[in-house]
Amino acid sequence: MYRTTRRPSIWREMDQVQREMNRLFAATDRPGILNSPGFPAINIWANEEGQFISAEMPGFNAEDINIDATADTLTISGSRKMDESGDETRYHRNERGYGEFKRTIQLPFMIDINSVKASFKNGVLAIHLQRAEADKPKKIAVKSA
Amino acid sequence: MTKKEEKSLEIPKQEVVENEEMERTRDRRCYIPRTDIYETKDEIVLLADVPGADEEALDITLEKGVLTINAYVDEMAPEGFKRIYSEYESGDYRRSFKLSDEIDQSKIKATVKNGELRLQMPKAEPAKAKKITVKAA
Repeated sequence: MYRTTRRPSIWREMDQVQREMNRLFAATDRPGILNSPGFPAINIWANEEGQFISAEMPGFNAEDINIDATADTLTISGSRKMDESGDETRYHRNERGYGEFKRTIQLPFMIDINSVKASFKNGVLAIHLQRAEADKPKKIAVKSA
Repeated sequence: MTKKEEKSLEIPKQEVVENEEMERTRDRRCYIPRTDIYETKDEIVLLADVPGADEEALDITLEKGVLTINAYVDEMAPEGFKRIYSEYESGDYRRSFKLSDEIDQSKIKATVKNGELRLQMPKAEPAKAKKITVKAA
């Protein structure tokens, strides 16, 4: 950045908007599939009762994944480590990513934090979010006068 | 590459490009698993990302020195839910590697854990030079 001010900067804001726009319009050859703004890429399923979020995270251990939930956000963080290597280790190919990640997802409804369930199987993380009872739409009966 | 360097986790999935001789019989997308290969003193280790695949879904063959990894991954679809947003698609995985003679092909060990396939390929013992003693006639 060419400006180092700590005040909220319109330029930074505009950069962010531009980045987001580029991401949305970036050409993908996969119809209906958006580019992920960060690791991990997620899929979301929904019904009236809640949502189901999945992410592919191969090579992670369940205990290395942290999930933090607030009333309307979900944060997934964790890290994947490389194999221990000695002096004689030589890499022929290195295509897989390593390191730490953190991704926060804004949810479209309030969730019941106590009922968040997560499972991790064969490198696929699945999180089930239950919509908070108070957030569910209420049916209002119309009385005739 | 001799020095290990860390890559960021954000790499999009790459689809297999079909060549003319090979056509797929399954109606699923097929991806190239991202792979690391490193060599230690005694063995060559291959690590491949195959999220969603367990030991039953993996099919590894070795034919004429070519090692082929196939993983058949079924679509995850929670019942009673509708997909509303997607950043990735699940699919099968396929990739082939040509093995060098350096590897003892009979001792390859494969394990899969958390969607990470690990192939341990021990190096073959170098052919020992045979010493022929000369006897005085």
